[in-house]
Amino acid sequence: MPAEPPVASPTSLGQAYALLAAAPHRPIAGGTDVMVQIAAETTPIPERMLDLWRLDELRGIRVEGDALVLGALTTYTEIRRSPLCVEHALALVEAAATIGAVQIQNRGTLGGNIANASPAGDTLPVLLAMDASIVAGSLRGERTVAAADFWPAYRRTPLRPDELVLRVSLPLVAGRRVRYRKVGTRRAQAISKVVMALAWREDGGVWRHVRLALGSVAPTPIRATETERVLEGAAPRETVADHAAAVLRGELRPIDDVRSTAAYRKAAAARVLHRLLREEGGW
Amino acid sequence: MSYELRVNGVEFEVAAPGMRRLLDVLREDLGLSGTKEGCGEGECGACTVLLDGEPVVSCLVPLCQADGHAVRTVEGLATAGPQGPVLSPLQAAFLEAGGAQCGICTPGMLMSAEAFLASGADPTEEAIREAIAGNLCRCTGYTKIVEAIELAALGRGADTAPGA
Repeated sequence: MPAEPPVASPTSLGQAYALLAAAPHRPIAGGTDVMVQIAAETTPIPERMLDLWRLDELRGIRVEGDALVLGALTTYTEIRRSPLCVEHALALVEAAATIGAVQIQNRGTLGGNIANASPAGDTLPVLLAMDASIVAGSLRGERTVAAADFWPAYRRTPLRPDELVLRVSLPLVAGRRVRYRKVGTRRAQAISKVVMALAWREDGGVWRHVRLALGSVAPTPIRATETERVLEGAAPRETVADHAAAVLRGELRPIDDVRSTAAYRKAAAARVLHRLLREEGGW
Repeated sequence: MSYELRVNGVEFEVAAPGMRRLLDVLREDLGLSGTKEGCGEGECGACTVLLDGEPVVSCLVPLCQADGHAVRTVEGLATAGPQGPVLSPLQAAFLEAGGAQCGICTPGMLMSAEAFLASGADPTEEAIREAIAGNLCRCTGYTKIVEAIELAALGRGADTAPGA
């Protein structure tokens, strides 16, 4: 059997903060990453675990002011079933539906995807494209970090050892559209080769506030800012799509690994972007 | 630590580490070896059980998170009859359609299918395939498994049809 490190299961956030302040603990939410890491011994076995599953303060999906707020323990299944997410964050619903299969969607959480900080985290490009904010908390209080600042290096986050991800805030922007696309080996149970989220607002026939975010093509989820500049102020015409795809191909620096090759990732990302632009342009 | 689980309708108190995998609790502590270990990494679905009615892979659920919850395993599908256990309609459909070969994926397949049928979702082939997308089978090619689930869905439809 895999290692069974000691675990505390606090029932309130205050208790969880106190435990984290007293000693380092490895948080576990739905376990879809942590349980694998323990079983496969891909990381050192944690000395102590902190089970977050009973912290109902970290659950719930609601509209607060002009933002959609999702608790860190929101599962992918809850995102898929949420009328608020379907209304305000359809791209997040689409991303949730591509993660694992039913069994993983029933357990994996949005907060876990954020804290696990994998470059292949399927929701992370959506959070980047939607200008999400991530709220972290500890005994010292809460702080808000922009998604753009949350994954500074491979599998790194700004979380301090005593901090937990509490919730995610997605600003609701009138007229914004977000598209999502994942390329994997198969439709279910696949880790992405390329994952893309594209957001914009149409203004007088051209696109503004363009955000193009990708996963699995760099050590972290990234924004493709050079390609965004091509699309900013442009319309999704064929010449624009050709140019944007070429710029994206040049901008990305993916790697060869067990799941794909750098050349395939560049080609697939460029093709996916081109196709999205063609669909939006209707040509 | 001691944790309380309701497994197939029976209350159990399990004295085991909270990080023990639900899979190991079922097989080793409770002797319910119907649930199989495949990959042990949440990829293959062989260890699928229902936690409060929803399919989960029991290799990724620590005991502490099942505490106070209801677990259903493949042993919970058949019911007691006068001449011994009677297969559930879903199990009978797998037999009839030939939905099993080596059998390792079957308990997990059955539990995913059971949750799908209980959800009341329209049993189209596409929906069935999505429901079992997290359960790998290396023998059948899936066709007969999908047929078995369709067959069970037809039976359920007949059971609940008006006037039936």
